[in-house]
Amino acid sequence: MSPSVAELLLQRLERTPPGPEGGLCSLEAATALGLDHQTLVGAVKSLQALGEVIEAETRATTRWELSAEGEEVLRDGSPEVRLFHSVPSEGLPQSDAMKLPGAQVGFSKAMANKWLRLDKGAPGGPRIFRAVGAVQDVVQNSLRQVQDGNGDSLSERERTDLKRRKLLLEVGSWRKLPFKAYNFSALGLPPTCGHLHPLLKVRSQLRQIFLEMGFTEMPTDNFVESSFWNFDALFQPQQHPARDQHDTFFLQDPAEAPELPASYMARVKKVHSQGGYGSQGYKYEWKVEEARKNLLRTHTTSASARALYHLARQGKFTPVKYFSIDRVFRNESLDATHLAEFHQVEGVVADRGLTLGHLMGILQQFFTKLGISKLRFKPAYNPYTEPSMEIFSYHEGLKKWVEVGNSGVFRPELLLPMGLPESVSVIAWGLSLERPTMIKYGINNIRELVGHRVNLQMVYDNPLCRLDA
Amino acid sequence: VTSEKDIISKEKGEGKAEGASEAVLYKIDVPANRYDLLCLEGLVRGLQVFKERINLPRYEKIIPAEGEGQKLIITAETVKIRPHAVAAVLRNITFTKERYDSFIDLQEKLHQNICRLVRALVAIGTHDLDTIPGPFTFTAKAPSEIKFKPLNQSQEYTASQIMDLYRTDSHLRHYLHLIENKPRYPVIFDSNGVVLSMPPIINGDHSKISLKTRNVFIECTGTDMTKAKIVLDIIVAMFSEYCEKQFTVEAVEVIYPNGKTHIYPELAYRKEKVKPELINKKLGISETPSSLAKLLTRMCLSSHITGNGNSIEIEIPPTRADVIHACDIVEDAAIAYGYNNIQMVIPKTYTIANQLPLNKLTELLRMDLAAAGFTEALTFALCSTEDIADKLGMDISATNAVHIANPKTAEFQVARTTLLPGLLKTIAANRKMPLPLKLFEISDIVVKDLTKGKRSSHLLACSVLPLDVLQQLLDQPKPILGRNIDFSLAFFTGSAFFPGRCAEIFARGQSVGKLGVLHPDVITKFELTMPCSALEINIEPFV
Repeated sequence: MSPSVAELLLQRLERTPPGPEGGLCSLEAATALGLDHQTLVGAVKSLQALGEVIEAETRATTRWELSAEGEEVLRDGSPEVRLFHSVPSEGLPQSDAMKLPGAQVGFSKAMANKWLRLDKGAPGGPRIFRAVGAVQDVVQNSLRQVQDGNGDSLSERERTDLKRRKLLLEVGSWRKLPFKAYNFSALGLPPTCGHLHPLLKVRSQLRQIFLEMGFTEMPTDNFVESSFWNFDALFQPQQHPARDQHDTFFLQDPAEAPELPASYMARVKKVHSQGGYGSQGYKYEWKVEEARKNLLRTHTTSASARALYHLARQGKFTPVKYFSIDRVFRNESLDATHLAEFHQVEGVVADRGLTLGHLMGILQQFFTKLGISKLRFKPAYNPYTEPSMEIFSYHEGLKKWVEVGNSGVFRPELLLPMGLPESVSVIAWGLSLERPTMIKYGINNIRELVGHRVNLQMVYDNPLCRLDA
Repeated sequence: VTSEKDIISKEKGEGKAEGASEAVLYKIDVPANRYDLLCLEGLVRGLQVFKERINLPRYEKIIPAEGEGQKLIITAETVKIRPHAVAAVLRNITFTKERYDSFIDLQEKLHQNICRLVRALVAIGTHDLDTIPGPFTFTAKAPSEIKFKPLNQSQEYTASQIMDLYRTDSHLRHYLHLIENKPRYPVIFDSNGVVLSMPPIINGDHSKISLKTRNVFIECTGTDMTKAKIVLDIIVAMFSEYCEKQFTVEAVEVIYPNGKTHIYPELAYRKEKVKPELINKKLGISETPSSLAKLLTRMCLSSHITGNGNSIEIEIPPTRADVIHACDIVEDAAIAYGYNNIQMVIPKTYTIANQLPLNKLTELLRMDLAAAGFTEALTFALCSTEDIADKLGMDISATNAVHIANPKTAEFQVARTTLLPGLLKTIAANRKMPLPLKLFEISDIVVKDLTKGKRSSHLLACSVLPLDVLQQLLDQPKPILGRNIDFSLAFFTGSAFFPGRCAEIFARGQSVGKLGVLHPDVITKFELTMPCSALEINIEPFV
């Protein structure tokens, strides 16, 4: 492939010293490359458009060119000189002289130069006589100077004169002076711009994935929740380990939730303490004070419970797909990968006749959109789902199966007290937002990602969030 | 992974060579609701039943002839402190070192697991029956009246002395508070007045079991009757294997303060009927009734077909207290079938998705703010009271904040009422970054509401720059919040702001936020070195 004009130019430029002292003149370069000046200018402009490759300065110079008439004068002499030479020693009648080409201009000029004398009273009409012996064709000389490129040597007055006689044309020419090329491999200056937080970029992608799958966003606008919705409604017994102070942030103020739905709560109380809905129950003494305790929610499943309760109360059942991605709080021990606050991602499907196979199916779809397509499932235990599954995917880098989420079918003891029809099954799954983000962006310490000790440079440099690429 | 799961899913155990002996060790995760798998005996038994090598043993309680059995008398004093007690006897048991260790180990695991709240719910005591003549009395006495030699100690102590003795014990000190400040402590003693145990703290040395012990008296006391019964059932079921008459347990009569009596252990078997279609439907498989019955039997849930072949009767043994609903049975069937053998199906549920308006607005705002040159931060919702009060020149009571009970550190005292501290801390932690620093965060704050803590969504933009940069966010022709929202600004005196350089922002007739240069005191308290301005508005009114 023959090199482009731009490449040729760059090659030439390489050989010149860098900076404004060096560089090439575009006119010279065009000539040297055997190119039309405009083509070269085009190449210069496109190189300029690339950014910091070359610098080019436009230097305007004026040139003078001879007009067509000027060419004639150069060739034949100025009219006044020609006229002078046409006048013999005995003179020439003016009327004859005027018939000569260029006589109009020549006569007035010759008269002004005092090269000719006009005898108005001569016999046979006005007669022109030479007034001097010889003349210099200054005009022709001047024009020759211009032709030779020495237009500058003429005085301003001379040039103006010639211009007025339309013998001289001023031509603006634009020279371009390309400087030494910049180094491509050096880093460019980053443009000043804003940046989105890496974790929230992943959140946006996950929201997108859920919306693509037809999931509606659940309201999760409460960090503060009552134990009732966070635990009891989810059939988590009041003596369960997760409910003690070591794992949950209980509130000092406000300590208790004032309003809880009375008849629903009564049904929840019954299923915990006595059973019902086909269940033995836990058979312990259920206390309302325990349910009233306010806390910072430990999972967004409490929001799912509220949403399902709302669904049950709407009368006729309609199938739904819900999701939420929001903050949860755990009072556990902290380390490099665990903080007291993190984000939970949750998906819920409620419909008649859903099976464990359906749960696996929708998980396969969901995780494939996350770029994870090899899944296996392992039995697990959650107080509110049965069957429960832990979801594993094969990590090519680590060469082992790693846990990517938790899932299950909600227990009837959870759904039936809400008033949902018995034929309705609810499948759900959850994962944390921080873990996949840290894996994706190779961040080892969660504190660099979340919180005020975030590494802002990392945020600046963080690339696009492409989960399935 | 429990043993059954080990077989079905891929092997999750790790193989580890151990020193001289090249025994392979497996780490097995036992789910929190399977008490029957907490000891090796239970695990092995479960595995063998699963592999169909043995049938699940039938646990029997033997009721001794009148006058021959042991008795446990509960007095009224226990009601206030530790009302429930159950007991049983393992007769003619043979311990080896491994069995003994396993026995102790199971008690510990049960304490951690089901007994929870560190032994408050149930405490287990095991004793050498041959050292203690019955009948036994479970009562509560004043600390000074209780005196015995605790396990592995060399002398006798009173109860109060025992409290002091174990105050520094890494293990036992956590339980002391359960009875310490009560007027009476629970205590069990034999007919000679020798103390068997002072639950939930410690057993007596006198009755401790050894490798030579042949008859074991087990007592479980606690505040939850159901749990106490389950714990007793588990222990005796597991270790009755080593009795002369395998899998038999000698019952004990418990006499209540009101004179009523009850025989323990319960070792109850429960029957449930389940339709095979239900299992198939819930899982998305299609197995024959007999095949399902077989799967369940392998999971220690003995089953057979009844009715016209359209029903499965399942017998739930006392070791499977975790099975309380048909769905538990369904899960066991799935485990035996193999989760990864179930076919994946996409649900046909057709739905149209909707975004939550607040989140939708938030996403749009984030994009525009980043385009305007601001960098997004993500800060903690929990912080110290100083962060939202003192450092901003306010009193904590004026903030209407939500307070956490018993925070471990100052970082978890309150939930934030403003996004400002988080962003300022971010700037302070990133001091070395080139200026200008323009940060924003759109997230929630928590404010106490009339009813309870409520949350509202806030936008905070903060910059180490002149104020007008922030003001532009409100003024630009298509301001960040779009639509024709007229923002008006009124001078405001806020303690966090520089006097005369702060404005309150109004839109649609209500105050939605503030904008201003931060007060130098605020700058100093947050350990910043450059002037800062901030804009904080509530975006909920704009949803």
